[in-house]
Amino acid sequence: MATRYFGERIRRNEDPRLLTGGGTFVDDITLPDLLHAALLRSPHAHARVRRVDTAGAEALPGVVAVYTHGDLPPSLQEPLPRPIPHPALVHHKTQYALARDKVRHVGEPVAFVVATSRYIAEDALDLIEVEYEPLPPVVTLEQAVRPDAPLVHEDTGTNVCAQYTQRVGNVDEAMARAAHVFTERFVIDRGTAAPMECRGIVAQWDPRLRQLVVWDSTQAPIPIRNGLARLLGLAQGGVRVIAPDIGGGFGPKIMMFYPEEVLVPYAAMQLSRPVKWIEDRRENFAAMNHEREQIHDAAIAVDRDGRILAVRTAFLYDSGAYIPYGLTVPIVASTTLPGPYKIPNYHCEFRAVFTNKTIVSPYRGAGRPHGVFVMERLMDRAAAELGIDRVELRRRNLIQPHEFPYDVGLIYQDNAPLIYDSGNYPATLEAALQKIGYEHWPQERARYRAQHRYVGLGVACYVEGSGIGPYEGCRVTVEPSGKVYAATSVGTQGQGHFTSFAQIIADALTVRVEDVIVITGDSGAFGWGTGTFASRAAVVAGSAVHLAAQAVREKTLLVAATKLEARPDDLVLEHGRVYVRGAPGKSMTLAEVAVAANPLRGTLPQEWEQPGLEASRYFAPPRGTFPNGVHAAIVEVDIETGMLKILKYVVVHDCGRVINPMILDGQIRGGVAQGLGGAFYEKLVYDESGQLLTQTFMDYLLPTAMEVPEIEVDHLETPSPLNPLGVKGAGEAGVIPVPALMAQALDDALSELGIRITEMPLSPNRLLEMIREARAKRPSPHPDPLPKGEE
Amino acid sequence: MKPAPFQYAAPESVEETVALLHAHGAEGKLLAGGQSLVPLLNMRLARPSVIIDLNRVKTLDYIREENGEIAIGAMTRQRTAERSPVVTRRLPLLADALPLVGHLQIRTRGTVGGNIAHADPSAELPAVLAALEGSVVVRGPGGTRRVAAHGFFVSYLTTALEPDELLLEVRFPAHEQQGAAFLEVARRHGDYALVGVGAVVTMAGNVCQRARLAFTGVGPVPVRIPDAEAVVTGKMVTDGVLAELGKLVTHTIDPTGDIHASAEYRKEVAGVLARRAIQAAAERARMKQMRMR
Ligand SMILES: Cc1cc2nc3c(=O)[nH]c(=O)nc-3n(C[C@H](O)[C@H](O)[C@H](O)COP(=O)(O)OP(=O)(O)OC[C@H]3O[C@@H](n4cnc5c(N)ncnc54)[C@H](O)[C@@H]3O)c2cc1C
Repeated sequence: MATRYFGERIRRNEDPRLLTGGGTFVDDITLPDLLHAALLRSPHAHARVRRVDTAGAEALPGVVAVYTHGDLPPSLQEPLPRPIPHPALVHHKTQYALARDKVRHVGEPVAFVVATSRYIAEDALDLIEVEYEPLPPVVTLEQAVRPDAPLVHEDTGTNVCAQYTQRVGNVDEAMARAAHVFTERFVIDRGTAAPMECRGIVAQWDPRLRQLVVWDSTQAPIPIRNGLARLLGLAQGGVRVIAPDIGGGFGPKIMMFYPEEVLVPYAAMQLSRPVKWIEDRRENFAAMNHEREQIHDAAIAVDRDGRILAVRTAFLYDSGAYIPYGLTVPIVASTTLPGPYKIPNYHCEFRAVFTNKTIVSPYRGAGRPHGVFVMERLMDRAAAELGIDRVELRRRNLIQPHEFPYDVGLIYQDNAPLIYDSGNYPATLEAALQKIGYEHWPQERARYRAQHRYVGLGVACYVEGSGIGPYEGCRVTVEPSGKVYAATSVGTQGQGHFTSFAQIIADALTVRVEDVIVITGDSGAFGWGTGTFASRAAVVAGSAVHLAAQAVREKTLLVAATKLEARPDDLVLEHGRVYVRGAPGKSMTLAEVAVAANPLRGTLPQEWEQPGLEASRYFAPPRGTFPNGVHAAIVEVDIETGMLKILKYVVVHDCGRVINPMILDGQIRGGVAQGLGGAFYEKLVYDESGQLLTQTFMDYLLPTAMEVPEIEVDHLETPSPLNPLGVKGAGEAGVIPVPALMAQALDDALSELGIRITEMPLSPNRLLEMIREARAKRPSPHPDPLPKGEE
Repeated sequence: MKPAPFQYAAPESVEETVALLHAHGAEGKLLAGGQSLVPLLNMRLARPSVIIDLNRVKTLDYIREENGEIAIGAMTRQRTAERSPVVTRRLPLLADALPLVGHLQIRTRGTVGGNIAHADPSAELPAVLAALEGSVVVRGPGGTRRVAAHGFFVSYLTTALEPDELLLEVRFPAHEQQGAAFLEVARRHGDYALVGVGAVVTMAGNVCQRARLAFTGVGPVPVRIPDAEAVVTGKMVTDGVLAELGKLVTHTIDPTGDIHASAEYRKEVAGVLARRAIQAAAERARMKQMRMR
């Protein structure tokens, strides 16, 4: 395959449009007669809903409709669908479109108002009277599993909705025989994806065509289309779901369903007028799914040389008030934990637990940062206790290049065996060490200490599951204009699919990348697919794109062969033109072939199979493919204020063959920024009554360009054997090891104080608290001289 | 996040504004840069029935030098003050603090008067005004009065302004002879301070003749600690003196905690910053003396 574009830093096809304000986001959709919706949300974490009186709201001029649970049709009074079941998930509770008789978290929808403007809709919310009978809330994970805890769902008799164990070998035996066993408790708190664009939905019902069109900021437009058809009693062909430009997804924009996703279309049908709902930031904090909260009790057993004998973790996973997304996050955490290391014995068990907090579903990383945090922290602990250099300890345990495919012995989130397909872990590690200057670190560190500066270095390794099934598809069409259209099954939220997919096609058909128009996120353009999640679009949809483009290439040669009276084997396709080898004068452009492929009269040759230069293909990988990476950083702590400064940050990453390094670097850097957020800035805080205290960007702190350092990125390319492109996913690579990395760097910076980080996220407040405690415990023999002022 | 209904008035003069304030009393709310008020409106945490927009009152946008004071009109944008050569030269403490107020975009809209009138307990400018012992000029139906900083800041988001009074200008004593430093710890660049401190010192050789410190983020209003100022006054600014200062500050102030930082944190870091600010201010004062020689 000639590759003019694959692997190149091609500028993004979509950027001119987006940078000149030409994007179409959900809120850009305006329609005649448009109505606007607002939701009344529970102010309580846990309460019985005694009475809802909407009379005052209905009487407000401009209000068109007010819905409560009882006003909805039977299919919407039921709990919303359970798309991702698991045998271990015994209490698969899902949310209601509107609260039935109880609210289970702050922000849960209670009533839905439709009015002529959003202002009036919000005014109407003030006029709805709800009588709540507050119930004791379950706020923390540890509280939720106490025998006397209040129940989030009474009929279950417990807050534990699933308990699941995976094992390899015999951990008990290995631990009993081990030279050293170290145990540790790790706590990771809540965060939110905070996409730049909040969620939004516009729905329009055409009673004459019996067609419902829904613009939805979802990452999975086709499953939403299928579900909506079922819930609203329409044919799948009668519903079109369009996910237009989306300002960031990161996971939580895939949920089947959010209440608003059924309420807005239902109201549009009922009222025969288009309805828009745009989530505001305050709603987003409480109503869009959260992630990250887990508590691990973990142990590592090693021999005298630091070889890993066994690893065990038992953890609690906070699912929030319902568990629509099933066990994906805790399973991913369990199966990411082993990372690049050979672990002969592994035992992992978790309990998924209901609390009176916002629902949890995957957010970029989706359990991976937790697994890596636990494993890397255990490695650091073992290294410190054994007096072995932390990097050397890792080297001794890495899976070697000749050991692929490497069967970890677990079942991954796709229910397939967890088998690492390819990689070169030692080379990735060495490349990162080189970039960060690990070899000279001892001297460097000593130099900083001589200046009374607390500077530490961290190195963290990870393996990332990506590119799982079941399948994605693509239809490639060459139109008579010569332009190539590719309709894909996935939605896009900024990943650059308009360019990376176009690069694959442009190479196959030898056209210019600008002449390939990629269509994403429109169920009217392509009807079978699952969505953009789990770092899988490039792998699964990208492979389908490749297969469809190759099929169109073959069809091109077939059609041209007939017209040019040559054998397809004797034809050459170059620069969008087919010619007979040795006779360049005998040629046709792709456009001419496209016209010829769709004759108006005459016959269609049997071997063409169908008219047009068009082919649809699906790709269904046997199982996930596993990229890997190493991040390293140098971090300085002001031990008097607990403030951090990142002096250097490097990433070495291997996601197989790289389609577009520029897009890839962007993915990595954005991920690192989110990872730093989760390590030091972002934390959702609930008080003991279950109130969410962080509902603005004044309180929930996203790192800005000022906080995120320069990030150096480098790539190794170990192709995956599991797909025709040799690619592996890269969407989550930036975020995964950051908490583990920052923890190790901080340990290093603060090693004189004996501080060991076992929780995330941190803050200056928390760091100073640890420093204070550490100093109280071990008053240093020589008190530190005063650090220099900030001049 | 849409505001509750309100009426909107856009006066063009101070007199008209005062008349409107008088007519609407507590129901009226002035709108300056809107960087604090608009979020409150949108979250329906403030529901005034009349918004009186100051943006068409042209006479409140100025920076004047008068009798050793710099008078800054209430509607002067923070960014305008930040870029003013007069501020840079004659009000080094304010010049130090302004870049710490939010972000460039915020300062481009936000006004000096709005920041002072809003009296956020974590804002920088009230602490600057307090450290400099400046004052404000206000106008009500009864006429104009001048209020000193220590009398102006009453409590959280509360000032000595009457509901029908308008802040006309903020007066900062010029202090180009002195050393000044504003230091703060904020979670991110541009955030309100967890703790901040403005320091101004007058040095005679290596001896500190006079020191003033005002803290932000550690109380309902800008906090002055006379005992702490006394620790350094009349002394050489040595490590020992600074350590004593830090300890005293930590022990004296009585902040409250919130989700971003505990009271303990604020106490401790206030001590650290006081030390660093005095050290930096003293250093700058010495540099100035050297330059003048
Ligand atoms: C993201 C963000 C970050 C910020 N960070 C900081 C920060 O770090 N430090 C900081 O100090 N501030 C910060 N601010 C606040 C900013 O400085 C505001 O501009 C300022 O506090 C208020 O000024 P304003 O002109 O916007 O006033 P407005 O928001 O218009 O008004 C604020 C209040 O003051 C009253 N008011 C305004 N002018 C007058 C007047 N002339 N007479 C009487 N009353 C008046 C109004 O009625 C209102 O109650 C931040 C704001 C944002 C949005």
